[in-house]
Amino acid sequence: MHRHHDTGGEPAGPVVPEEHDYAAWEKRVDAILRLLTQRRVITVDELRRGIEELGPGAYDELSYYQRWIASVGNNLLEKGVVTVDELGRKLAEVEARWRAAGRQGEAAP
Amino acid sequence: MTAQAEHRHHHPHPRQPDLEDQPFDHFQLMAEAIGELLIAKGVFGADDLRRTIEAIDARSPADGARLVARAWLDPAFKARVLEDVNAAAGELGIDAGAIPIRALENTDRLHNVVVCTLCSCYPRGLLGLPPDWYKARAYRSRTIREPRAVLAEFGTSVPDDVEIRVHDSTADLRYLVLPMRPPGTEDMSEAELAPLVTRDCMIGTAVPQPRPV
Amino acid sequence: MSDRFAVGERVRVRAAWPPGHVRTPHYLRGKRGEILSIAGRFANPEELAYGRDGKPARALYRVRFEQAALWPDHQGRARDTVVADIFEHWLEPAEEGGA
Repeated sequence: MHRHHDTGGEPAGPVVPEEHDYAAWEKRVDAILRLLTQRRVITVDELRRGIEELGPGAYDELSYYQRWIASVGNNLLEKGVVTVDELGRKLAEVEARWRAAGRQGEAAP
Repeated sequence: MTAQAEHRHHHPHPRQPDLEDQPFDHFQLMAEAIGELLIAKGVFGADDLRRTIEAIDARSPADGARLVARAWLDPAFKARVLEDVNAAAGELGIDAGAIPIRALENTDRLHNVVVCTLCSCYPRGLLGLPPDWYKARAYRSRTIREPRAVLAEFGTSVPDDVEIRVHDSTADLRYLVLPMRPPGTEDMSEAELAPLVTRDCMIGTAVPQPRPV
Repeated sequence: MSDRFAVGERVRVRAAWPPGHVRTPHYLRGKRGEILSIAGRFANPEELAYGRDGKPARALYRVRFEQAALWPDHQGRARDTVVADIFEHWLEPAEEGGA
């Protein structure tokens, strides 16, 4: 048995030529990661390790950039760049702002 | 996948607005919240974030295609491409970033294909963001083991006497396939050659066709 | 510090299975190949992944493997290959007479 991300040589179905235009939030995540690595706050290695540690379910349940932002969040908490309390309050603030603007959604992961 | 489908994605798309009629989820909230916190803490500025998103949008396969077309026409430039893609791209006014990209030259005896079995490493600095299929499990699992079957799914066939070399991007280097110039293009200019070089030709799942389809 | 392996040298990927952030794919562990080129010296991603500096930098090798040596069910006349970028500490000399 080897870890879920280490997938070379495993059986799989056809390569489905899917692609999508990246959403603004996805580019935002990519940009945040680039800026964090440029400023040496985290490394891409830490990002990858964080994704690997999300566990195999993450690969089935989360999309690519969902895994990225989950890993970035965990890394920033581990390093004390943000606290759990700060992040919780900011998430609630953004959610309230978006709902006030008429958007609907689910805040819980 | 048809060549038309590939060609559609050669030009940079306008930045997509957030789909405000779509329900938001926890991860979109996280993307927003984390960005705001990092700006508030001075880790980076709002302008930095905006400019970085613009830099992401600025790169597309058309940049790689220009590089390849110029290499086809100019042997001295090609030699510099084979030495250091980032520096050669800089000569064309393309900022390919700091992550080193190396060119893999296809010949009549060697066909190169690039994959990242462990995650999704890709020469983003030159080609922009990778397609979903490149990052998905099927491509990452099967290309390293049965490249000919995967290439066949892309409509690409390589003779048995040509070595298919699959490169697994496991470390800090990124790889760009330098495809062979197709026959019958001897009179073409750089501007005419570049559209023949699709993104998939630079990944190695396709080869340039003599005429754009 | 000189590089341990030379271009063309036959090597074997160590059949070690540590947990943690490892960039040597599982399908290459214990497999034999040859040094195609030396890519340079880089900090160790296994340490960078935990916020450490990954130094000293160590040699990274481009190692070529025959497909026939990697997969028990490999078919076909073609002499197809795989090349992966492997760190020096994951390589050892291939045994004399090894495949």
